[in-house]
Amino acid sequence: MKEKIRIGCGAGFSGDRLDPSLVLVERGGLDYLVLECLAERTIALAQKRKRQDPSLGYDPLLERRIESLLVPLLQNKVRLITNMGAANPLAAAQKIIEIARRKNVKVKVAAVTGDDVLDKIDPQDQAMETGRPLSASGPLLSANAYLGAPGIIEALQQEADLIITGRVADPSLFIAPMIVAFGWSLDDFERLGKGTVLGHLMECAGQITGGYFADPGKKDVPGMAKLGHPFVDVWPEGRGIIGKVDNTGGIINLQTAKEQLLYEVVNPYEYFTPDVIADFSSVQLTDLGGNRVQVAGGKGKQKPDTYKVSVGYQAFHLGEGEITYAGSNAVARATLAGEIVRERLKDAFPELRIDLIGQNSVHDDRLHQANIPYEVRLRVAGKAPSFQQASRIGEEVEALYTNGPGGGGGVRKYVQDVVGIVSTLIPRSKVTHHVTLFTA
Amino acid sequence: MKLYDIAHSRAGDKGNTLTLSLIAYHEKDYPLLCEKVTAEKVKEHLKEIAKGDIIRYELPNIASLLFVCYDALGGGVTTSLRMDAHGKTLSYALLEMKI
Repeated sequence: MKEKIRIGCGAGFSGDRLDPSLVLVERGGLDYLVLECLAERTIALAQKRKRQDPSLGYDPLLERRIESLLVPLLQNKVRLITNMGAANPLAAAQKIIEIARRKNVKVKVAAVTGDDVLDKIDPQDQAMETGRPLSASGPLLSANAYLGAPGIIEALQQEADLIITGRVADPSLFIAPMIVAFGWSLDDFERLGKGTVLGHLMECAGQITGGYFADPGKKDVPGMAKLGHPFVDVWPEGRGIIGKVDNTGGIINLQTAKEQLLYEVVNPYEYFTPDVIADFSSVQLTDLGGNRVQVAGGKGKQKPDTYKVSVGYQAFHLGEGEITYAGSNAVARATLAGEIVRERLKDAFPELRIDLIGQNSVHDDRLHQANIPYEVRLRVAGKAPSFQQASRIGEEVEALYTNGPGGGGGVRKYVQDVVGIVSTLIPRSKVTHHVTLFTA
Repeated sequence: MKLYDIAHSRAGDKGNTLTLSLIAYHEKDYPLLCEKVTAEKVKEHLKEIAKGDIIRYELPNIASLLFVCYDALGGGVTTSLRMDAHGKTLSYALLEMKI
């Protein structure tokens, strides 16, 4: 059994910066690197790409990330665990093998599959969010169960250097190496709970090292342009210390740790994952100085009997248009422009949203203190069943040039094909993971 | 004063549910947050945004509160017409609250 392991997290979402992971691998003294790249909707979009081309459907940045990381990972004996497989972990693994052959390096890659349950769910099953059948939301595109640690554990035991998964609960990416390194039992919910706390703190990468935190004069963060991503040293009892590589930007302190501990948590006493139900209420954070925070405490209890399934569906086309007004009476002219567009579109778009960016677009008017913005941007947005109809919104906003109030400028038009997400539950017995090994 | 003066916050999203942490800069201010920032007060403050129930969790171990706001993201992150569909900016809406 190992005395201590170090796990880094080099990406907290699909589009995250590439450099911090390389810094972690080359200078972080890591045993494992995790790249968490799969948001709720990402996998449904990946499924659409896979339908168009069966060799695709993995993370669009996979090649760029692996191109830069593969040799440093092998040289520094760092094993990679990532959900960049998205809708197609097998194709992702084959792509990595192709890169390895080109670079003439030996590598063992494991693809963990089994999360795709589209043919195992009943479209009549109830969506947790709506209380209606899944199929009532729209044509179903994808259904992926949040798998737990076991598939990754199996891949680690088979000595894979790189492990590529599809949908796996984010903290499971982190507790799998803890379980293997320390020989934790899958029924040791106390330790799995502690490990899950650490995984949850790490899974958004820069969000614990001062990213998404800075507020000048109030919460200052040094060197943000070179923000480093975190690593965690974990001991067999489940205690951890979070830190970052020297001479990287950012800050780790109690404030950053607390913000991340509660991030996206809907019940801190019962944080559900496929491996454990964790309890954050007994977590003790200690600032050790030097950008190091110790995480102790945390508990867990018996895992749920079901897996959560994220179901993607074809929702609608979102049409948007924007135009800016500035100078005297800008808010009144933008307001008038919004009224004009509403009048012109109200029959085709019963649900139309009109925002004044700079005034009321993300909060609401009641929170607005009466300082008048010098410039304001009108935004109109609505849902439509087709691309063509959604385009009408941008067209009407553009028509404000010659058919609206004076002085509008900077029109932009957008149409987006929107995939929606609902959730359901599936019994454990219906889901089996598979590990497929590839070597180069 | 505003909550902004004594606390910080991060917003999170799960479907149509918004989570808002409220973290005291100094532990001594935590009892004040518990007393003044009730779920009802937050509901009143955010009523144009958070349409459903708000549940407050107390976390004395980290001198923080967590507000879980249902039906608060315009129908859900993926299908909302709001520009900030995730509600990420709403941490600063909470911090505008006066106590």
